[in-house]
Amino acid sequence: MTTRTAQLLDWLDERMGLLAIWDTVFDRKVPKVNWWYTLGSATLFVAIMQAATGIFLSIYYVPTPEEAYNSIEYIMNDVAFGWLVRGMHHWGATLMVLLVFLHMLRVFFYAAYKYPREVTWITGVLLLLVTLGLGFTGYLLPWNQRSYWATAVGSSIVATIPLIGEFLMRVLRGGDDLSFLTLSRFYGVHIWFLPAALFSLIGVHLYLVVRNGISWVPKRGE
Amino acid sequence: MPKKTDYMISRRGFVGGVVGLVGGVIAVVVGLPVIGYIVSPALAKGGEEEWIVLGPASSVPQSVPTPFTYSLVKKVGWKIERINRTVYAVTEDGLDFAVLSDACTHLSCKVTWQEEQDAYVCPCHDGFFDMWGSVISGPPPKPLYRYENKVENEQLMILVEA
Repeated sequence: MTTRTAQLLDWLDERMGLLAIWDTVFDRKVPKVNWWYTLGSATLFVAIMQAATGIFLSIYYVPTPEEAYNSIEYIMNDVAFGWLVRGMHHWGATLMVLLVFLHMLRVFFYAAYKYPREVTWITGVLLLLVTLGLGFTGYLLPWNQRSYWATAVGSSIVATIPLIGEFLMRVLRGGDDLSFLTLSRFYGVHIWFLPAALFSLIGVHLYLVVRNGISWVPKRGE
Repeated sequence: MPKKTDYMISRRGFVGGVVGLVGGVIAVVVGLPVIGYIVSPALAKGGEEEWIVLGPASSVPQSVPTPFTYSLVKKVGWKIERINRTVYAVTEDGLDFAVLSDACTHLSCKVTWQEEQDAYVCPCHDGFFDMWGSVISGPPPKPLYRYENKVENEQLMILVEA
């Protein structure tokens, strides 16, 4: 690093104090661990990827029954590198669910959810639910036969809940049947409500990881 | 066995470098296509020019700007859209015509012919044009656009870009 850049960084750090944060986050002490411990970071990376590609998709995607399918065909066939952006979002969604599960299994089998990390675990469970919610709402958006009937089935399952099931199903669908209202609300939930929840929870989750440190690989008898 | 300080690069420096390099490659591989993704519709080619019939040339009275509307069928994104446009035809002798676009040359609002003011008036920033499209007052920098026109089989036609 040249002196000039060092000076600039010093100048900035004196005014922003970011180096302390950097050191706390990236220079903290960790036990000697294995590759399973990378699953959380991998999930975070994919989550950011999903947010980025999702923002780009919203440039062309139109959440109406008339245009949803056509707009995605347009993204796939006519927009430069549309196939790449859509493909990353599509496969990233599956990958994220997979990674979240593997991450959970690692924490579970290493018993890393115990004191003092219970709250980290709870936010993690919420993050799992939000991720599944993102998968469920995103699945409808292409508005093709598969996504339409998957949502018909998925929302019908909600109706089997005793007493309030029928009502919850109508809340989910925005009425008795799947309609433009369903598509519109799934889109809103998919791009605003759930991502907001996701990244807020990630913030808490990561804060706790940094604050409490990570657990070591348990030894025999522990 | 060399001592720690004998290495050209520390372990930490090496890992940092590799992470930076891989990150950079990902940023370029994904970042550059994304620029194309955003500008994609702007690169779509314009349509070809075609002659469009406005109506009978005899329906244009002398020295009175007469509005005609025509529609263009144009591909916008994945949709075929019908776009309606208005033009004003003016003639002094019923032989030579001027056909003017109604798009103000200032910032493209629609002008309309106002009989009592004897001008095309743009409501956005008070642009005024005379019957032949020349600027009378206001901010417009140029006269109204004149379409190339011809009369065939007594029909007034203009050349438009679809």
